[in-house]
Amino acid sequence: MADLVIDDLVVTFGHGRRSFTAVDGVSLTVPHGRIVGLVGESGSGKSTVARTVAGFQKAVSGSIRLGDRDLLVHRGSARERARDVQMVFQDPYSSLNPRMTVGETLAEALTIHLGRDGAGPAAVGELLELVRLKASAGDRYPAQLSGGMRQRVAIARCLAVRPQLIVADEITSALDASVQGAVLNLIRDLQRELGLSVLFITHNLAAVRYIADTTAVMRHGQIVETGDAAEIVAHPRHDYTRSLVAAIPRIEHAGTDHLLTALEATP
Amino acid sequence: MIRRRMALPTQPMAVITTVMLLILVLVAIFAPMWWGEQAVAADPDAIGLPPSSEHLLGTDKLGRDILLRTLVATRLSLVMALAATGLGAVAGLVLGALPAVLGPRAQRWFADVIATWLAFPVLLLAMLTVILLGPGAITAVVALAVTMVPSFARLAQTLSARVAGAEYLAAARMLGVSRGRQFTHYVLPNIAEPVIVNVTMSVGGGLLALSSLSFLGIGVQPPQFDWGRMLSEGFAQVYVSPIAAIGPGVAVVFAGLAFSLFGEALAAFLRNRGGSRALSRRRLGPAPRAATPAQQSAPPALLEVEGLCVSFPGESGWQRIVRDVSFRVEAGELVGVVGESGSGKSVTLMSVAQLAPAGAAVTASRISFDGTDIAPLSDRQASKALGTKVGVVFQDSLTALNPALRVGGQLAEVPRVHGGSSRADAHRQAVEALGRVDIPNPEQRAQQFPHEFSGGMRQRALIAMSQMGSPSLIIADEPTTALDVTVQRRVLVMLRKECADNGAAAIVVSHDIAVLGELCRRIIVMYAGRIVEDVDATLLARSDALAHPYTRALAASLPDLDTDRSAPLATIPGEPPDLSQELPGCAFAARCPFATDRCRTEAPPLRAHAHGGRVACWHPQDGMSREERPRAEVTV
Repeated sequence: MADLVIDDLVVTFGHGRRSFTAVDGVSLTVPHGRIVGLVGESGSGKSTVARTVAGFQKAVSGSIRLGDRDLLVHRGSARERARDVQMVFQDPYSSLNPRMTVGETLAEALTIHLGRDGAGPAAVGELLELVRLKASAGDRYPAQLSGGMRQRVAIARCLAVRPQLIVADEITSALDASVQGAVLNLIRDLQRELGLSVLFITHNLAAVRYIADTTAVMRHGQIVETGDAAEIVAHPRHDYTRSLVAAIPRIEHAGTDHLLTALEATP
Repeated sequence: MIRRRMALPTQPMAVITTVMLLILVLVAIFAPMWWGEQAVAADPDAIGLPPSSEHLLGTDKLGRDILLRTLVATRLSLVMALAATGLGAVAGLVLGALPAVLGPRAQRWFADVIATWLAFPVLLLAMLTVILLGPGAITAVVALAVTMVPSFARLAQTLSARVAGAEYLAAARMLGVSRGRQFTHYVLPNIAEPVIVNVTMSVGGGLLALSSLSFLGIGVQPPQFDWGRMLSEGFAQVYVSPIAAIGPGVAVVFAGLAFSLFGEALAAFLRNRGGSRALSRRRLGPAPRAATPAQQSAPPALLEVEGLCVSFPGESGWQRIVRDVSFRVEAGELVGVVGESGSGKSVTLMSVAQLAPAGAAVTASRISFDGTDIAPLSDRQASKALGTKVGVVFQDSLTALNPALRVGGQLAEVPRVHGGSSRADAHRQAVEALGRVDIPNPEQRAQQFPHEFSGGMRQRALIAMSQMGSPSLIIADEPTTALDVTVQRRVLVMLRKECADNGAAAIVVSHDIAVLGELCRRIIVMYAGRIVEDVDATLLARSDALAHPYTRALAASLPDLDTDRSAPLATIPGEPPDLSQELPGCAFAARCPFATDRCRTEAPPLRAHAHGGRVACWHPQDGMSREERPRAEVTV
């Protein structure tokens, strides 16, 4: 078990004059057994960081070290790679194969890592129980499940491999407000039970404040502020973080003219 | 439980084509066994006989019975067509779908190969193959397969591109699923249906093509014979005895039709199996209506909706998405409608705006807008009555704007069509409207296309568009859901200001109760197609003032900036109910911690409540029991 250390990561898209630097010198550490939040708006480069850590995107320079290995240089075999990093995607409607039952999906992940003996119905049932789903869910196809249940299955599929790091990319933003809380609870409980390391990527400061130990705020490919998650929200130091916090709709402002007055206060 | 039709289809087309195929298969199997020798044995006594009772289609120039030969030729003709199509399909699938698991570079490379292959003229390619391999049955099959490969490959490529981009394939890669398994378990099953249908239809075409090759003399060579060969032989004497060519010709047409039509029937069957099969309108009976009659007691408001029901045809009856919804919106009032997906909130508003989804059955006791009851009017009359007085803002700004037209032109359409303004005047109004929603350089921006706008700007352009006719009511469906928080705030401010400046009322749908709380004066909470609470927005900030357990749970379930980090977040256990079933009691009872037997058997009506709004609950949680409040039956 090891820390994830991202150091001076640079990712660009395109070539020559039309190239665009999506990630511009990002350094970030996810200590073992911790949840680190990465907050930013669309175009901030936070998802590119996630995809680079997960191995879907090549970097121009920098390093992503997990223990003594640089993931950008030495990815290892398919099995090693899978045990390094797993990812939970934003849209649970497209991250599960519609032609495989939940049980088949989980058994496949178990088979690859533990062999056929480790992928029996008991092991699948254990995984389902871990994400608070009934064992009967194993016989169902993704189309027969709600969004929240699918996201649980996607989390269970990650857990089947026991990865060193889970990258959670906007995993609650496609879900109903009433279901988001349940998924956040699950991630937190699992982190405590299993000692997971999670890179939690989101645009939702309130969610990251609740779930993450430390948080980094990204803008235009750079990290503008890092620190304790609650502290950043309570006392943002950077102007951009301040504007993000101010923009969050808050239920205690319900029915007031806060919307209009706040706009006049901010430039 | 969803019942799926797994049995063979029962449509007449499917039955007819199945029987046709069955006949072909039986003939292909048994005809050569029974008449194989007779069909090739020359009979010098019966050369070129016309049709008779002994030889129904006559005999050929060697005295062989044409009918028997036609039947016997079925086997070779079918086997060749199936082999060619099968070969072409397999090669096409490998070429088109395999790159999906090999990565983007392989995809590009294979796409180039397919495009080049497609560019070759089919006939030329077939001729070339024949020249290289020499005429014969196998050559014909190979030649046809070669011409079929690129079109199958292109189909597989298009279909598998969707799978290649899907996150489930990315997830499989991360898990270390082998490429072979990715191909067989992820790509193939997800593209199988259209490919199977296409291959089936192609067998018919292949049969025709092979017959043509044989007819031209470069396919099957004597003494072997297929239908094309027989056509060729019969054609020589077509003026003397046309029947010799007609026999095999009819066989080719029959088999070709059988495969093509079977493909069509298969496609229809697979289409229906995927989704639920809705009952026909006739079997469903009349659309559900609200049980309570319209009641009028309050002074007229800008919008009054009473007894609105929206239902969709389902498998076992009407799916009642909206059930007896009544509400009012005063002039200049901002009302928020909140609920989970499937609560019927968007459908309610779109039905009011006469934009209900296709297939929806909308009934209402009364939908009165600005004093006119539009419920009894036809769709066209109702749309005319609403005219420019209702502006609509959609969730997805990219699809709500026409990508082929400039933004300014789309905005200018409203005053041109409804207001009768001149082109220049309408354009000026459009630019002004863009400027009002803080779009920089509105003059230049008006000349741009929607894709050149950012998401937030597009949404603001949509708000500007909804304002073009100076409407007295704006209906906004999840206007900020896809936007970043800072952009969301600007859009909300814009919406609020536009309403304040023009005195327009607005109904805004969202699943985010905090967004609506800041924007609106009044919040309507919907659950399973009903309004469960209708409450002043200021009460949201004081959770003990809310009456319905569902509203409380919604308000508590989102993490806020001062949520206790040490405690788990409040959640709503369970799942929303199945709307195709009749709900005897309160729809929320199964998930409600306060539910009693009464809740499970008797639906609570939506009544005025002591907090100034309306509540549908037997056990309101704000400390004011239903019995204490005055029994006024007034809708607020």
